[in-house]
Amino acid sequence: MEHIAEWALNAARMRGASYAEARLVDDRNRALATKNGKIGSASDSESMGVGVRVIAAGGWGFAATEDLTQRGIELCASHAVEIAKASARVKEQELRLVAEPPALVTWSSRYEVDPFTTSVEENLDLLLRVDAELRSVSGITLAETNMNFRRYEQWFWNSEGSRIHQTRITSGAGYAAYSFAGSEIQKRSYPNSFGGQWQNKGYELVRELNLLENARRIAEECVALHSAPQCPQGRTAVILDSSQLGLQIHESVGHPIELDRVLGMEANFAGTSFLTLEKLNALRYGSELVNVVADATEAHGPGLGTFAYDDEGVQAQCVPIITRGLFTGYLSSRDTAEKIGRTRSGGHMRAENWNRVPIVRMTNVSILPGEKPLSLQQLISDTDDGILMQTNRSWSIDDKRYNFQFGCEIGWEIKAGKLGRMLKNPSYSGITTEFWNSMDAICGPEEWVLWGTPNCGKGQPQQVMGTGHGASPARFRNVRIGSAYSGS
Amino acid sequence: MFDQSKAHDVFDRIKKHSTADDVEVLIVGGRNALTRFANNTITQNVAEENYEISVRTVVDGRTARATTNKFDDESLRRVVQASERLAKVQDADPDLLPIVTVAEATGGNAPAAIPSRHFARTVAVGPQERASGVESMVAVAHKHGHTSAGVYAVSEHVEALLNSRGVSAWHTQSHAEVSVTMLARDSSGWQKSNSPDVDQIDPARLAEVAAEKASSSAGPKEIPPGKYTVIFEPSAVQDIVGFMFWDFSGLSLLDQRSFLTDRVGKKLFGDNISVYDDVYHPLQSGAPFDGEGVRRARVELIRNGVVRNLVYSRGSAARMCKTELAAQAGDVRATGHGFPLPNEMGEAPLNIVFAGDGAAKSVDQMVAETERGILVTRLWYIREVDPYEKIVTGMTRDGTFLVENGKVRNGLLNFRFNQSLPEMLSNVEAMGEPVRASGEESFDMVVPAMKVRDFNFTEVTKF
Repeated sequence: MEHIAEWALNAARMRGASYAEARLVDDRNRALATKNGKIGSASDSESMGVGVRVIAAGGWGFAATEDLTQRGIELCASHAVEIAKASARVKEQELRLVAEPPALVTWSSRYEVDPFTTSVEENLDLLLRVDAELRSVSGITLAETNMNFRRYEQWFWNSEGSRIHQTRITSGAGYAAYSFAGSEIQKRSYPNSFGGQWQNKGYELVRELNLLENARRIAEECVALHSAPQCPQGRTAVILDSSQLGLQIHESVGHPIELDRVLGMEANFAGTSFLTLEKLNALRYGSELVNVVADATEAHGPGLGTFAYDDEGVQAQCVPIITRGLFTGYLSSRDTAEKIGRTRSGGHMRAENWNRVPIVRMTNVSILPGEKPLSLQQLISDTDDGILMQTNRSWSIDDKRYNFQFGCEIGWEIKAGKLGRMLKNPSYSGITTEFWNSMDAICGPEEWVLWGTPNCGKGQPQQVMGTGHGASPARFRNVRIGSAYSGS
Repeated sequence: MFDQSKAHDVFDRIKKHSTADDVEVLIVGGRNALTRFANNTITQNVAEENYEISVRTVVDGRTARATTNKFDDESLRRVVQASERLAKVQDADPDLLPIVTVAEATGGNAPAAIPSRHFARTVAVGPQERASGVESMVAVAHKHGHTSAGVYAVSEHVEALLNSRGVSAWHTQSHAEVSVTMLARDSSGWQKSNSPDVDQIDPARLAEVAAEKASSSAGPKEIPPGKYTVIFEPSAVQDIVGFMFWDFSGLSLLDQRSFLTDRVGKKLFGDNISVYDDVYHPLQSGAPFDGEGVRRARVELIRNGVVRNLVYSRGSAARMCKTELAAQAGDVRATGHGFPLPNEMGEAPLNIVFAGDGAAKSVDQMVAETERGILVTRLWYIREVDPYEKIVTGMTRDGTFLVENGKVRNGLLNFRFNQSLPEMLSNVEAMGEPVRASGEESFDMVVPAMKVRDFNFTEVTKF
């Protein structure tokens, strides 16, 4: 692969690039799905190509090609330089990168069983058994299951001497049951919506999820929702399960801390952020119990945001984001870090694939568990009056990441420390900082799960990225609930 | 750029490698370039070229797909083998239809050709011309004392479908798109336009409108949430109504996941709502064939508020005909709206055209006839809250205004809405001329501006 780097970097230098990097990616995917007892889809895909990013005349340029011949690579690099020079025509700010030492690294995410070595028959058999179990519950009108594997191998070279070879194996699996009756469609998912659980693991993840063992419960809950009372409207204490809290972190912490948004670079599409620069180390983001990190290191776990180096060659790090409730950090790239006077990027630049330019993305943005053991059951016992909400159904937040509303698949009334009636269509809403400041309890490490969100969309052209979010169930006081159904 | 002769060459090589009963090849790809700017500076500038060969094989009533972007013989052999291997491990599917024939692909669905959607001028736009377009928008920002952000993008796209029963479908088109946001101290404005023909887009004009919106919404005031008469610009209409058209699908009805379950033939919307799916409309876009190569039909979805028809792939139509639902599902036939097989989604109408009600009013006229209401430029982060009541939530953004006594008074802090779409489209008091609109939340459509009474804003945000 070294020769491809030489072609790209030499061509870029010769055309006038002051900085150049090339990323070659070999990407392989498998997607299996069932629907109501039949194969819904079965597909394999592979994609290989190279993306060249350069700075020339003080502007950024990026070009990508599937043509891996010397001529193809050199044309691509030349095109990138031509684009960069055009970029330099329109600028009010100088482009500079903070330093990053060159790295010579080969790294692979950890896995026990390469999922591509498992038999498709075995994979489909498991999914079909789950599917049958879901539909064995009277009232289930639609059952869907899925299993997805990815092997993503990348070679990164830059003109500063970095040579980084990384391979990530990712697995994901889950299912959903639907029930239509009367004038309602209800849905329950396991172990999470968005296709279940996703991690940088091998087939062992599928085995750990106990998919079949949970299918009947999930289907029964789905059908029972039809006769459950509607989630009331008002204000109360809310306990979020760890998967929903993971998405709450994603939307109301992960996105607003992206420096490109803060600096206005996403103003036209993904939006800006309420976390303007003067708020760093000054804003009371949450209560004293709120500790959030953006941790891409392997020590944090096999999240979809775990790697050794980001896609501009910066080493994976753990960046404190909220420390005992105080806002303490942003997600950065080498150029955005320079704009706010940092000496090093936090390493958050990631590209969807070889044909997309890296942009600032979440790694594993996780809330740390409570320091003392506290189970979900104990947290419920400690709650006089409130609602437990589980599994995301809808999510929306404004373009500064301030006003949010989430719907969950299922809710449970809490009265006098005990779970009571099931509640359907639960939703809650609020303002980001008010919400995090209302957190008064979080479960301990034994309840902490690192969830994978495989479908985070950002950028133009849009890029889909996997992110990780670790969370334990937590309680929030005086939360507005039920407004999603008001007036309709 | 990929041409038809190269597509046939690839298909011939794939056929040689295949031992399946039937084989179908979908070739999709093209060239894309996009210049992004923010803070009056170009911040990202990209170009790519990529083509994917997607092979579907059919073996004894079983099917699977494999995809690659490598065109060498060894890669083509491997992709065929991967597809066949995945197909062979499945149980036979009694509902799987044979690969489509030429007669099936072209029969019945009347119009023969779409207007040309490929413009050499658009394809020829390079980075310097894109930079010039950005410069013109930044100049407008400077003139108004604003900060600008946006994109100027061009692309050329090819889509080919060939199968072992002689079907050979080919579509190529160009696309240009400009969007711009103008940021002021405490307000903003936005505009977006796209077309296959770059000369139909005027970046500076879009920037002027966005700048005017940013200026006139400065110092936004807060009014409480509640039900208001709301005037939606076409982009906002497109972004919100787009969430219901995925349900106008035969398979969605069979799955009982559509809000139209038990409702086809019933009046769900106001008399003034009539909607077609029409890929042949001059303001529409896309290929005139579906994921199996079947020619698309023009389908009447809603007439005067009554849901008349759904769209179908071949498989969904055949399955529907075997059920009791067929009697209440409108005209059941393959309409050329299927996604590439195998898939779980079935089909969807993606060329939505609102008919208008014959009494088109401009947004200015709607404002002039409104005693008290809210003018909305753009909606954001719309998601479905309830799949059967079709309640959706989302936020206003980049230009929300109070209208009083027939005039735009001032900017407003942004709202969150929770709104049932059938209810919204039963409360449309006035409509504009349908135009090609483009947003960020849904696919492009031909939709009018709308004035809607009793639109349900549930919260107000702090900016």
